[in-house]
Amino acid sequence: MPETVLQAAFPSVPRGGLAAQRVRRAWWMAAPMLLVLAAVGGWPLLRTIWFSLTDSELSRLDDYTFIGLENYVGEYGLLASTDWWHAVGNTLLFTGLSVSLETLLGLGVALLLNQPSRLRTLLRAALLVPWAIPTVVSAKMWSWMLHDQFGIVNQQLLALGLIATPLAWTADPQLALFSIVLVDVWKATPYMALLILAALQMVPVDCYEAAQVDGVPRWQVFRRITLPLILPGILVAVVFRTLDALRVFDLIYVMTSNSRDTQSMSVFVREQLIDFGLVGYGSAAATCLFFMIALLSIVAMGLMRKAFERAAA
Amino acid sequence: MSGGHEAATATTAALRRQAPSRRRFPWGDVGYWAASLLFIFVSVFPLLYALSSSFKQGSALFSPTLWPEAPTFANYSGVFAEQSFAHYLLNSLFVAGSVVTLSLGLSLMAAWAFGRVEFRGRGLLLMLILSASMLPQVAVLSGMFELVRAFGLYDTLAALVIADLLLTLPFTVWVLVTFVRQLPRELEEAAAMDGVGVLTLVFRVYMPLLWPAMVATGLLAFIAAWNEFLFALTFTLSTAARTVPVAIALISTASGFELPWGKIMAASVIVTLPLVALVVLFQRRIVAGLSAGAVKG
Repeated sequence: MPETVLQAAFPSVPRGGLAAQRVRRAWWMAAPMLLVLAAVGGWPLLRTIWFSLTDSELSRLDDYTFIGLENYVGEYGLLASTDWWHAVGNTLLFTGLSVSLETLLGLGVALLLNQPSRLRTLLRAALLVPWAIPTVVSAKMWSWMLHDQFGIVNQQLLALGLIATPLAWTADPQLALFSIVLVDVWKATPYMALLILAALQMVPVDCYEAAQVDGVPRWQVFRRITLPLILPGILVAVVFRTLDALRVFDLIYVMTSNSRDTQSMSVFVREQLIDFGLVGYGSAAATCLFFMIALLSIVAMGLMRKAFERAAA
Repeated sequence: MSGGHEAATATTAALRRQAPSRRRFPWGDVGYWAASLLFIFVSVFPLLYALSSSFKQGSALFSPTLWPEAPTFANYSGVFAEQSFAHYLLNSLFVAGSVVTLSLGLSLMAAWAFGRVEFRGRGLLLMLILSASMLPQVAVLSGMFELVRAFGLYDTLAALVIADLLLTLPFTVWVLVTFVRQLPRELEEAAAMDGVGVLTLVFRVYMPLLWPAMVATGLLAFIAAWNEFLFALTFTLSTAARTVPVAIALISTASGFELPWGKIMAASVIVTLPLVALVVLFQRRIVAGLSAGAVKG
């Protein structure tokens, strides 16, 4: 970056050109970041979409032919693949379950944290523990706790007489996805709680005060005052978490590897791309995931704008 | 916060203090304590259990007692002796450190442009940057793979540093823009009077003032890069360029039967404890940084 040039140019510019000068300088200052983002985000994304229209393979990335939408709608295309639809179903089920549980629990935890108390600092510290633990590590920690023979969860449940035989938490196809949801809820509820807490803390205190003076019951205060005021904040948090949950990879890959029963869309994509080396086909799946998330973001943004306008009115 | 607000808070607190005396039994308080303690237990227990398991060996691993009967460091020494774990730790540290430095530097420069200067396309660009944070990692995987190979970076740490910027830049930019906007305008005018360049303004005047925000965003970026798994799994192959999350995911026994859980837990504890310590130490700033990105955006 030519600092001396910028320095020399700054003080001696005539007044009329100052604004234009500033704008040009702003572009220079933003350029390195924008270029990096374009190089690591924009360009690879465009290449992925392009690859999805070819028969490219990992072993011969440069040597491919254009095959149009064959990867999507062809005889062996994505839309005809039961594995793909299974992965879509798993992802949607995982997202729906984990985000709704995280929202409810996150709201509860945020309400606890919003209460002035001696426990508050301890609560906040405890809140950040699951959030700070790397996903791979939490997946391993829970895999160990949920181990079918030696795991503490089965041992305790057996001791309490809640189950008669040990459950295969991660191996049983009926259970595995729910175990994964459980771990995700443990890991992501803190994030949800923090975002909802931020919304809670922006509720003006006079609202509560007036309600308290009038003797409105607590539950009514929550339903009629708090909830409507924090709803836009909750909505933002739900959207963030949903978009995050739709691309889940680490947790599922570490807990159950490439198993068909729990495979998410991201796990499917990586298996096709890297393990099978089918760059064209894998890119088609990645492109589908991308457009799904893009569409959802656009819809969500529209909804949020409406919610904010209603809250402001 | 205004003074009136504080007075109102004080009144509410006074009202709250009176409240229990009016009721016969403080069900609300009991509920609060029970829920809080349950939440603290559930949050912390898995880490404690991992810690406990990491000091157990052999058949002791299969007993559920929290306090190991015969504590052993064998898992820890094993992780460092058999796994060259120290090397993976250094790799992770290098990647995360570089990502933090690059993200903060690039974002601070851009934050001045986006936070202080009105120019056409600013809002659109900010939305584009935000949408980059919604990109699924797998959507850039094949394109990035090609890029990494073309530059001869396959199986190097540099590939990971570059790829991880996609995960950190969007939010470091957004958070720093909101903080730069809050700085007084006079700073810039004073700098202009002194004939100081923009880069000096940003790195010599803004940076010291913004250090709390820099610490928070830097820490978030560090955690993101330290925990990153998918790129590290895909763009590296040899143990020379392996990072900690990949190493932990790949720990297995030579025989391939039961996983060496004691060692996995020891490795997990090693990578997690520094992170948890940092986060608990800086908890106020992190909470502020996390919510600044979401709410003010």
